Amino acid sequence: MNYPNDSNLASQASNLATGEAKIFSILQAVHDPEVPVLSVTDLGIIRDVKDLGNSVEITITPTYSGCPAMDVISMNIRLALISHGYKNVIIKQVLSPAWTTDWMTEEGKQKLKEYGIAPPNPKQQVCNQDLFAPDEAVQCPHCNSYHTHRISEFGSTACKALYQCDDCREPFDYFKCH
Amino acid sequence: MEQSSNNLDTSKIPPSGGGGAALALADNALLLGHRNSEWCGHGPVLEQDIAITNISLDLIGQARNFYQYAASLIGGDSNEDKLAYLREAGEFKNCLMVELPRGDWAFTILRQFFFSAYQFYLYQQLQQNKDEQLAAIAVKSIKEVTYHLRWSSEWVIRLGDGTGESHKRIVKAVDELWPYTGELFLPASYEEKMGIDLTSVRDNWIQKINEVLAEATLAVPSSKNEQTGGKEGRHTEHLTDLLKDLQYLQRTYPGMEW
Repeated sequence: MNYPNDSNLASQASNLATGEAKIFSILQAVHDPEVPVLSVTDLGIIRDVKDLGNSVEITITPTYSGCPAMDVISMNIRLALISHGYKNVIIKQVLSPAWTTDWMTEEGKQKLKEYGIAPPNPKQQVCNQDLFAPDEAVQCPHCNSYHTHRISEFGSTACKALYQCDDCREPFDYFKCH
Repeated sequence: MEQSSNNLDTSKIPPSGGGGAALALADNALLLGHRNSEWCGHGPVLEQDIAITNISLDLIGQARNFYQYAASLIGGDSNEDKLAYLREAGEFKNCLMVELPRGDWAFTILRQFFFSAYQFYLYQQLQQNKDEQLAAIAVKSIKEVTYHLRWSSEWVIRLGDGTGESHKRIVKAVDELWPYTGELFLPASYEEKMGIDLTSVRDNWIQKINEVLAEATLAVPSSKNEQTGGKEGRHTEHLTDLLKDLQYLQRTYPGMEW
């Protein structure tokens, strides 16, 4: 099955054919090794699922170009499908259209927050080149305050920035919009 | 600056066109990624140590995408690892700027700024290239390059308009790096074949450099910027040193995997 560029497969899971829906439900249990609370479907990196009878073809897209989790994710998808009896698993990678945090599911964003990572704001200023621009208003995942400030645009993984809450003083990761 | 002799084994150079351009884009990203990675654990403060190594990761990721594509065009048993780990210095097509030793923080920052500005305008154009895969990699990468450009611009301004010491160091970095900036915009045959127009990239680049250096209270040099040769495989001795480190494992234990 194929679907428009600007939407994500998770929202269309109900339209999948039975065989593909089953594969999709298996993928819902494959997690990102770096942010284990998110599944690959929450992340929005599954671009296509094809049940070809003798084989299964999964198309994924990387989050960041250098994200080291991508190889592990490919392997985990393969292992999950093999453990469910799919013998011939083909994993393809596409770069275009480029992944954006807007493809992350609402459920995924909720899970991130509960895990202590501020979920990405809707994409509005990714390509903002303004120097010394004011920090994005990010809500503290611990006390919900918006009185927070950015410590560093680069954090513990490529997809995160480091923030600190000015009210509860806790530092936290922000899954930056991309 | 000594330059290595031009002993290219032309049989190993992939055809110009997509392969050559993809390889040059990959080499630039890989080598700057490697140079920046040398800061890991040595950054001036923890946050900036993390920033520069994150930038390394992005660049090495871009390099992988370009190498994978180049390998598919070269065909045979070529693959990303062989292209990165088993080519000789004379086969690399990167600009000389990215192979220079990392220097101090001012040098690293200024090089990142010069290079990110170059990548930003180059990828902006590449997004519309007739080669769909080069365009797709550019679309993907420009999002990351946007962060790099903003971060490095801010740091150039902080250092230039900062303390006496930081100003002195970045002035020195401008003098050292400027001679290598001209090569970025000197078209190679494989770039021309792919319809890459470096003249417009240069115009945008100059404008950006003028803007940021002015805010950083730094003068744009009027001296010539004519150190060239990297795009044709004529490199400084620093590339050989870098490759000794980068390629050590595959050269010592061929086929080794983690």
